[in-house]
Amino acid sequence: MKIVVAVKQVPARDAVLRVAGDGRWIQQADLAYEINEPDAYALEAGLQLKEKHGGEVVALTVGPAGAAQTVREALAKGADRGIHIEEADALAFDSLGVARLMAAALAPEKPDLVLTGLQSDDLGYGQTGVLLAELMGLPHATIIMQVEVRDGSIRVKRELEQGWFQLVDLPLPALLAIQSGISKLRYATLMGIKRARMKEVRRLTAAELGVSAAPGAEIARVYPPARVKQTEMLSGSAQEVAARLVERLRFQARVL
Amino acid sequence: MSVLAILEQRSGVFHRMSLETLAVAQQIARDAGWPAAAAVLGDAVAELAGQAAGYSLDRVYAVEHPLLGVYTPDGYCAALEALIRRAGPRLVLFPHTYQARDFAPKLAARFGAVLVSDAIGYRMEEGRPVLVRQLFQGKLNADVRFTAGPPWFGSLQAGAGRADALEAGAAAVERFTPELNAAMIRTQPGEPFQEEAATVDLAAAEMIVAVGRGIKEKDNLPVVERLARALGAELAASRPVCDNGWLPMERQVGSSGQTVAPKLYIAVGISGAIQHLVGMKGAKTIVAINRDPDAPIFEVADYGIAADLFEVVPALAEAIEKARTP
Repeated sequence: MKIVVAVKQVPARDAVLRVAGDGRWIQQADLAYEINEPDAYALEAGLQLKEKHGGEVVALTVGPAGAAQTVREALAKGADRGIHIEEADALAFDSLGVARLMAAALAPEKPDLVLTGLQSDDLGYGQTGVLLAELMGLPHATIIMQVEVRDGSIRVKRELEQGWFQLVDLPLPALLAIQSGISKLRYATLMGIKRARMKEVRRLTAAELGVSAAPGAEIARVYPPARVKQTEMLSGSAQEVAARLVERLRFQARVL
Repeated sequence: MSVLAILEQRSGVFHRMSLETLAVAQQIARDAGWPAAAAVLGDAVAELAGQAAGYSLDRVYAVEHPLLGVYTPDGYCAALEALIRRAGPRLVLFPHTYQARDFAPKLAARFGAVLVSDAIGYRMEEGRPVLVRQLFQGKLNADVRFTAGPPWFGSLQAGAGRADALEAGAAAVERFTPELNAAMIRTQPGEPFQEEAATVDLAAAEMIVAVGRGIKEKDNLPVVERLARALGAELAASRPVCDNGWLPMERQVGSSGQTVAPKLYIAVGISGAIQHLVGMKGAKTIVAINRDPDAPIFEVADYGIAADLFEVVPALAEAIEKARTP
């Protein structure tokens, strides 16, 4: 089975974000990055399927030169090769543009299964997978908790809202957007990291793929959210803030 | 050229976010001077379309076909593509539900358009809606404007509109039967099911202590359990805690878990991604304890403590135990 997993590099979860000078994105210098967590689960699902059914896992990313690190991490965890569509400007392509880049890169690959995370922790549009399926002409399912490979098809468990689930059968090839937390993530082993250096990463550009940026929507302005409530911040030693909070909960909020 | 709200239903009942989306559609229509319309899909939706027609709208489309009885992305996309090509709306709005996430981006792509998903609000700029959405799990907001089209496509997060602000009226119902055939539908969905009956009803809890990723590991849970015990509160969690199996899924609060509105909600080590906030922002009093002073949870909190939970929570449990001892 040939499995492609789309992974994205995003600012680290605990990174301090500052709005850039032009007010349209964040300051990117000195920012720490990591693999988008939902994509780490998609990668894990891909690696487990490969272990069970054989074949190969290809890690695909769109991002600046530094995003090569995320591809390397995927290779160190067990992906067989990588495709890095290098694009320096994070905002030049909207979700549809990114999906077009991916679809163009995957056209010669003819994968049996394409996996993505459910959404990215930076932009959070949650649609790359669905768009990629549309552009590649593949059936898809999202918010997937389990994947069972059958003969020429797959049966997946899809999460619905409010604690409901459903099984969906799809013919292969297909695309799945994987829910986070469905299995334990593996760590790269030392051997894996060594092996990753030998693995092939193909670099492609938008121009080579014949895809031009034609965004249908753009970020006009980025800004810190306005506070919804007047939040009273309590400070002091642990004992002091505890005492202050208890007093406020008793006499102001009257909930104790 | 209008604003078209796509209403989600299951078993003949509107998803609560559908009506919020419809309220936003009405409001944008008023602001822009466009007509507003709504569409309901299913195998037989006359009754629901009739309900929607009780609101101030130009038109309600009853999109009916036997193949729309059960949701599939292929069926819904084909039906709505045909409707949109005929009705020619300027703006198409969806509630940002699991279902809309599954098909709305695909539908927009058929018009060469991108869906601006998960918006929390809008404002008008030069006669066009600019959608406001969150970035970086709620740490920053962004104004997103359409640079091509129409048609424009957007989906709205829970709470972006108010169902009680819907204006009543009398709309014409127009039946629309798309041309669908079984061969177009590639996925075969099964019946929805639940894993096991829930044993805790967080929605009924008066007080909730909720724990997030900041607790670091399962072995640290007694720290928050003691606080919950001192208060007589239910213990709840954000998604990552349940994903890790530290607490059962049924204790999860947020868009994929339960929606709660207790008297007191103490969020411990929860950063406050929108998916969590939509499940708890209705709480009367919210306390947030988090190391990161910029965590979005503080935006909805009445009282905030930006400090190490492992120091503050034991002290707080002790203070409450003392306060409750006669």
